Amino acid sequence: MIDNISWLAIYPEIVLLGMACVIALVDLAVTSARRTSTYVLTLMTLAVVAVLQGIYASSGNTFYGFGNMIVSDAMGNWLKCFAAVALMVTLVYGRPYAADRDMLRGGELFTLSMFSLLGMFIMIGGNNFLVIYLGLELLTLSSYALVALRREDAVATEAAMKYFVLGAMASGFLLYGLSMVYGATGSLDVGEVFKAVNSGQIRHQVLVFGLVFIVAGLAFKLGAVPFHMWIPDVYEGAPTVVTLLVAGAPKLAAFAMIMRLLVDGLLPLAIDWQQMLAVLAIGSLLVGNLAAIAQTNLKRMLAYSTISQMGFVLLGLLSGVVSGNVDAATVQAAYSASMFYVVTYVLTTLAAFGVILLLARSGFESDKIADMAGLNQRSPLYAGILAVCLFSMAGIPPLVGFYAKLAVLQALVASGETAYIALAVFAVIMSLIGAFYYLRVVKVMYFDAPVQTAAIQAPLDVRVVLTLNGALLFVLGLLPGGLMALCSEAILRSLAS
Amino acid sequence: MGVLSLAIWTPIAFGVLLLALGRDEHAGAVRWLALVGALAGLAATVPLMAGFVPGTADMQFVEKAPWIETFRIFYHLGVDGISFWFVPLTAFITVIVVIASWESITSRVNQYMSAFLILSGLMIGVFSALDGMLFYVFFEGTLIPMYLIIGIWGGPRKIYAAFKFFLYTLLGSLLMLIALLYLYNEAGGSFDIAAWHALPLSASAQTMLFFAFFAAFAVKVPMWPVHTWLPDVHVEAPTGGSAVLAAIMLKLGAYGFLRFSLPIAPDASREWAWLMIAISLIAVIYVGLVAMVQKDMKKLVAYSSVAHMGFVTLGFFVFNDLGVSGGIAQMIAHGFVSAGMFLAIGVLYDRVHSREIADYGGVVNTMPNFAAFALLFTMANCGLPGTAGFVGEWMVILAAVKSNFWIGMAAATALIWGAAYSLWMFKRVYLGAPGNANVRALLDIGRREFLVLALLAVAILAMGLYPQPVTDVTDASVARLLQHVALSKLN
Repeated sequence: MIDNISWLAIYPEIVLLGMACVIALVDLAVTSARRTSTYVLTLMTLAVVAVLQGIYASSGNTFYGFGNMIVSDAMGNWLKCFAAVALMVTLVYGRPYAADRDMLRGGELFTLSMFSLLGMFIMIGGNNFLVIYLGLELLTLSSYALVALRREDAVATEAAMKYFVLGAMASGFLLYGLSMVYGATGSLDVGEVFKAVNSGQIRHQVLVFGLVFIVAGLAFKLGAVPFHMWIPDVYEGAPTVVTLLVAGAPKLAAFAMIMRLLVDGLLPLAIDWQQMLAVLAIGSLLVGNLAAIAQTNLKRMLAYSTISQMGFVLLGLLSGVVSGNVDAATVQAAYSASMFYVVTYVLTTLAAFGVILLLARSGFESDKIADMAGLNQRSPLYAGILAVCLFSMAGIPPLVGFYAKLAVLQALVASGETAYIALAVFAVIMSLIGAFYYLRVVKVMYFDAPVQTAAIQAPLDVRVVLTLNGALLFVLGLLPGGLMALCSEAILRSLAS
Repeated sequence: MGVLSLAIWTPIAFGVLLLALGRDEHAGAVRWLALVGALAGLAATVPLMAGFVPGTADMQFVEKAPWIETFRIFYHLGVDGISFWFVPLTAFITVIVVIASWESITSRVNQYMSAFLILSGLMIGVFSALDGMLFYVFFEGTLIPMYLIIGIWGGPRKIYAAFKFFLYTLLGSLLMLIALLYLYNEAGGSFDIAAWHALPLSASAQTMLFFAFFAAFAVKVPMWPVHTWLPDVHVEAPTGGSAVLAAIMLKLGAYGFLRFSLPIAPDASREWAWLMIAISLIAVIYVGLVAMVQKDMKKLVAYSSVAHMGFVTLGFFVFNDLGVSGGIAQMIAHGFVSAGMFLAIGVLYDRVHSREIADYGGVVNTMPNFAAFALLFTMANCGLPGTAGFVGEWMVILAAVKSNFWIGMAAATALIWGAAYSLWMFKRVYLGAPGNANVRALLDIGRREFLVLALLAVAILAMGLYPQPVTDVTDASVARLLQHVALSKLN
């Protein structure tokens, strides 16, 4: 059963797992507060993994391993590659912050984040309900521990508790839903489930009953209303570096999980889960955008902004199948729109939190909107990067966030369904409201006088990566075609198999 | 790289360079580099003016390259008689603004100059885009630099004004975005504006599209009753911002009517022409009256801009050669005249730091040279024959009379309102004995200010005395546009 191809499919995962253990051991011998050797070793591992995944992805081949339990396809491999890069960037931004707060002691930050990445990889590459679930649990358990990394910090501990309790409940939902579908179809294999559901032999009621729980579990992981309660608290309460660990790469994995479960497995039920996603999307856009206006904490505002952005991702996902007809071109356009959205969202979030992390010093979190006052006078470069992020999230051309929104709106309008076009108009009005609170931060940075006057200091690696990140956002705004084509191609190849 | 690309990207490249290199410590060098950038931008339009062939309605200097292939979006540029003059006009006004802001801006000079240079490139992009999505990207992209210009260098209520400007215009454009996507799908996956012109559409679809475009363009023009953002923004914006806003940005909206609304939805345009004419006349008459009672000079000129733009939209919707050409002539003339008016106010503001009419009086006694320019701009603003302001207004009134005597009659009253508010302001600010100690202490304009005002004055007189180059260029394109609009697209 276990052939060479199987080992090949999980080769990067094996490297990641092995190195995570090695790094945990190596760190025992490291005594420096900044943990340079552990840090370099982690980055090198992640770079190797990212390159491996990139090679797999660009070959475009799809193959299955371990008796169809694992799939290696273009979409998954690109997402894994992006996730590894996102984690690298996060660690670069976060190390000075973590070192100032004595969070590097014991090297748990590196080891746990590598295990969380391993969890993401398994989620993304899973082709079996249980494998996907195991990946999810590995990711979330590592994240709970990461949020609680500063044991003496009351807010962080509270956030970790909330995250854990709600997360465990959501996992329970998901598992329950999966077991219902297993009971009805008799298989845990995504492909087999698809065949069974498509045959029409199975009682619709049972499937939909399971589906409700699955969608609820997914919505929790994605942070869609009404399962969003944990997001603002965790974003605000967690140390900023951990916030970014939770807010960045895992969204890529959550997208992949939705694709595996709902599209690869339960596409014949699209007409049912689309309605659910529509409700989630409307709620997310409404609550996310309106609640963000009232925030004074930048991390909390970005939390609500994430909720609204996920609403857009859901809009893309739900526009794939029009009134029950599965048309290859429509499906590809809609899901690649969502994938493009998630990838650009992660890229933007990295840069935005990168600036927050850069401005934080020991004893000063720099997470209030007011802390950004006059940033343009202190450092035009970093103010410029954050402004690009904010305008991009607001969807103002010529920034990359605009094309993401455009692709999703186009998928909705192309359906020709009045209800979908109405959703598009709604989304557009909500993004107008959204523009207000993003602009407010720009206003604080550019129009207000500085309050903080301390010189901005950052190590060379942070400055270089952050500048590159900002430049990439800007270039993608002018030339988004390449990444868009990549997403489109990846979805096409993955769905074809 | 094509001629149009050069005109777009030269100022943007200089703007980026300024952002990267500029520091307030060497503000002098920054200003000179900005001037070089603006002049290079203007020079880049010279081959355009030399090579443009009048007498044909076809697109010229066309460039087409794939941009976002997934959505078949092209980097597709070209100008015809309708859009041609706005390219050099934009580059020219940018030069003027850079020189005019030489001394009045002292903080973050590089960002200020770079915002104007980038804005200039984006606006030229709007006028030359032939791909719907490219147009939208340029159209919306202009919001970011303008928002920053108003918010950073504006007056006391700059934040309110910056937000009002951004959100107001964004609301309109988002509805247009949906319309663009609708057209893209109707046309079988094409953002080509020319293909949209030929696309048959049902009456209800045309009506929806017409109003979606109307939302975007009417706010930008601005037409009554969505003009309320303009006075607030003008009052708070720095002088250069006001000048560019009035001279070029308002034209983006009016240009949109000609490029999108009329040819894409001709039946709806004809059906709703009465509404457009009615609100244009309200802008001309009512807003003209509103202008008369303003106490703030900038607000007065802002309302007068709304009234003048009313002429433009009136000319478009009477559907004859004279009207549309007159509207375009009025747009160009207003570009010079409003820039002159706002820069003149800027000259006074730099000295006295007040825009209230009541704080002045008898300026002519202490600033005779300046008052002469101000008089010329004022006369042009009320449409005196021999100035640029006359050409467009006269053509539009004539066209309106041709279509319906009473519309023409109503429009013609604007000459009275325009003269009333312009001349009354001139009298209160410039004539009489010096009103107070501030005025008595005024120094006349220096060489730099003289140069700026003289350039505009020459442009205004040249266009007023010899408007033929404008109408020669527009004629063929306008004729084809009207032919196209006259044909029904109903399917």
